Amino acid sequence: MTTELFSGAEMVVKSLSALKVKYIFGYPGGSVLDIYDAIFQQDEIEHILVRHEQAATHMADGYTRATGEVGVVLATSGPGATNCVTGIATAYMDSIPMVILAGQVASSLIGNDAFQETDIVGCTRPIVKHSFNCRSLQDIPDAIAKAFYLANSGRSGPVVVELPKDILIPQNKETFSITTDVKMRSYNPTVKGHPKQIRKAVKTITNAKKLVIYSGGGIILANASTLLTKLVETLNAPITNTLMGLGGISGTHENFIGMLGMHGSLEANKSMANADVILALGARFDDRVTNNVEKFCPNATIIHVDVDPTSISKTINAHIPVVGLVDIVMQQMLDELAETNYTKNEAALTLWWQQIHLWREVKSVSYIQEGDKIKPQRVVEAMYKITNGEAYVASDVGQHQMFAAQYYPFAKPRQWINSGGAGTMGFGLPAAMGVKLAFPDKHVICITGDGSIQMNIQELSTCSQYNIPIVIIMLNNRSLGMVRQWQDMVYGGRHSSSYMESLPDFIKLAESYGHVGIKIDTLEELDSKLEQAFSIKNRLVFVDVLVDEKEHVYPMHIRTGAIDDMWIKKGVKA
Amino acid sequence: MRHILAILLENEPGSLSRIVGLFSQRAFNIESLTVAPTQDNSLSRITIATRGDEKILEQIVKQVNKLVDVIKITDITERKHIERELLLVKVAAMNDKSRTEVKRITDIFRGDIIDIGKQIYTLQLTGNAEKLNAFIEVLTNETEIIESVRSGCVGIARGEKALRV
Repeated sequence: MTTELFSGAEMVVKSLSALKVKYIFGYPGGSVLDIYDAIFQQDEIEHILVRHEQAATHMADGYTRATGEVGVVLATSGPGATNCVTGIATAYMDSIPMVILAGQVASSLIGNDAFQETDIVGCTRPIVKHSFNCRSLQDIPDAIAKAFYLANSGRSGPVVVELPKDILIPQNKETFSITTDVKMRSYNPTVKGHPKQIRKAVKTITNAKKLVIYSGGGIILANASTLLTKLVETLNAPITNTLMGLGGISGTHENFIGMLGMHGSLEANKSMANADVILALGARFDDRVTNNVEKFCPNATIIHVDVDPTSISKTINAHIPVVGLVDIVMQQMLDELAETNYTKNEAALTLWWQQIHLWREVKSVSYIQEGDKIKPQRVVEAMYKITNGEAYVASDVGQHQMFAAQYYPFAKPRQWINSGGAGTMGFGLPAAMGVKLAFPDKHVICITGDGSIQMNIQELSTCSQYNIPIVIIMLNNRSLGMVRQWQDMVYGGRHSSSYMESLPDFIKLAESYGHVGIKIDTLEELDSKLEQAFSIKNRLVFVDVLVDEKEHVYPMHIRTGAIDDMWIKKGVKA
Repeated sequence: MRHILAILLENEPGSLSRIVGLFSQRAFNIESLTVAPTQDNSLSRITIATRGDEKILEQIVKQVNKLVDVIKITDITERKHIERELLLVKVAAMNDKSRTEVKRITDIFRGDIIDIGKQIYTLQLTGNAEKLNAFIEVLTNETEIIESVRSGCVGIARGEKALRV
């Protein structure tokens, strides 16, 4: 009996199969021809051909954010790999598990400034969790298995695997074996919280009179939504989410006081500023949340739970740090609360909630319908109504992104798909495509602007090829809205390069790719045409909605102020 | 405050780059850096002398620990330790008087003359940074320093404590 032998290229595909990969998002080129040949000759894994490698990374990213499975990208060397850099940085900033297989020139040519050669490992060093250079075909299964393990454990993140062309060729074959149970002596993320810290934290929580729970993307990544909800209800504490944490608790839960931070609700920011204890779960006190670090929540004892020790006491000092997986730690806390026979301090809670309700009364997240121009917020409200709050919403970056976060309360985690940490324009369309591939029977919306959509608009072609029927809702204000807003507020209304000239006829453009285009110009036709858009299930629908370009996102942090120093409306402070 | 960090990591291509890249990216200070494999060839040991306050040190240690290749990091200056550095210095030794004086200084510091030329002596000295700094200062007052090279410090904890896998 002959043992089967495999080439390097075949080992790449076999390794991915062993790791249960369903899709590879990529674009071929010289250095990876052998891998593409191997992909062609199997049918377990489907390859999705994009129109720009950046879209491959965002598509894998969107797929991963929606499913929790590690996304896989395949790109050739040189410009193929460098086109992935933005997407890798996007994934890195939001801790998204992704493996990027980067082709490279033959080993003998490395370092010679060869055709389509780039040191992609060197280029991406600051924006990956780790990277591997394969030097022989025997390295391949181990590198890929380790890449997957690293990508999806501890604090997840993107991992690059560099594959030089000469180790992939069909002429060299070896036996294939892969260990999916990876152990690395230099890598041992902490899983359980230290019992002493847990006890300290729970004691502090028990004695708190004004507790706020502040949770972020870490809850989503850890699939910890159920535990979070249980903890919130056990404590009857108010809970606020970061932009990345939306959906961690249902947006309609009565304890949810809205998103916090730069464009968060007044009640969320005020609660943080007035809290005596802040329980931070899987969030990192990012500058969009804290505003002026010197003025941050001066009276609060901060309990910070995170899997990554570097996030703790990096920007804001944590009084009680707890390193561990956020779901494990929350269970430990619930156990400790039960052990210590925790009972709620009803008197304190009543007072605290009374105060919070007063802040809620201000209705900081609201807009005024004057005149008959369509307000962008109104579009999101309509979107929410028609889809029952059950759609997957992939967003681009800008004002539309903030409106989507403010006006679409997400019931479940992994519904809200956006580039929070990096803020990458051009993310929305390919990310929505990745989500739709994972959930073909659900409503998947790409909410975008006339600026962002043009950054990866070529992907309308990919949507045709693979029949990906998402609904694109483009809030068309003929501007780079967020830039324009800052220019209005800080630069005396000097709109330097924030006006979009020469916009295409988006409807004709969508139709030229074989999609449906719907134009919405008036308030009267908004609801009915959106209903129409969502009723078309088997074709991509591109909706071009003309919105009021003068609208600003409110509330908004006042620069250099504390977390609760906010503009509620134009010229009106909280 | 000056700290000496000893890092044990996997001896893989790119490992050192990651450490240096990290310091550069986060604007941490590198006063000196030395690296070599340990008695176990699969492991490298990097010693970095850096300056910073407590908060910065905490971040540096955590960020270095986070790197996948890094097995352990310790701040040697946290407890009793031994610090050593090597200095090779080429000085002008133009005449008898100068040569005698340079030799005397070298003997006082317990250094060695490892090379002689018509007008130069090359001296070797090991010791902690303070000692090397003092040696250079004294030499500067006496003669011209033509060239000097320092290895960067290495350190090891006193007593039973050890940095190992």
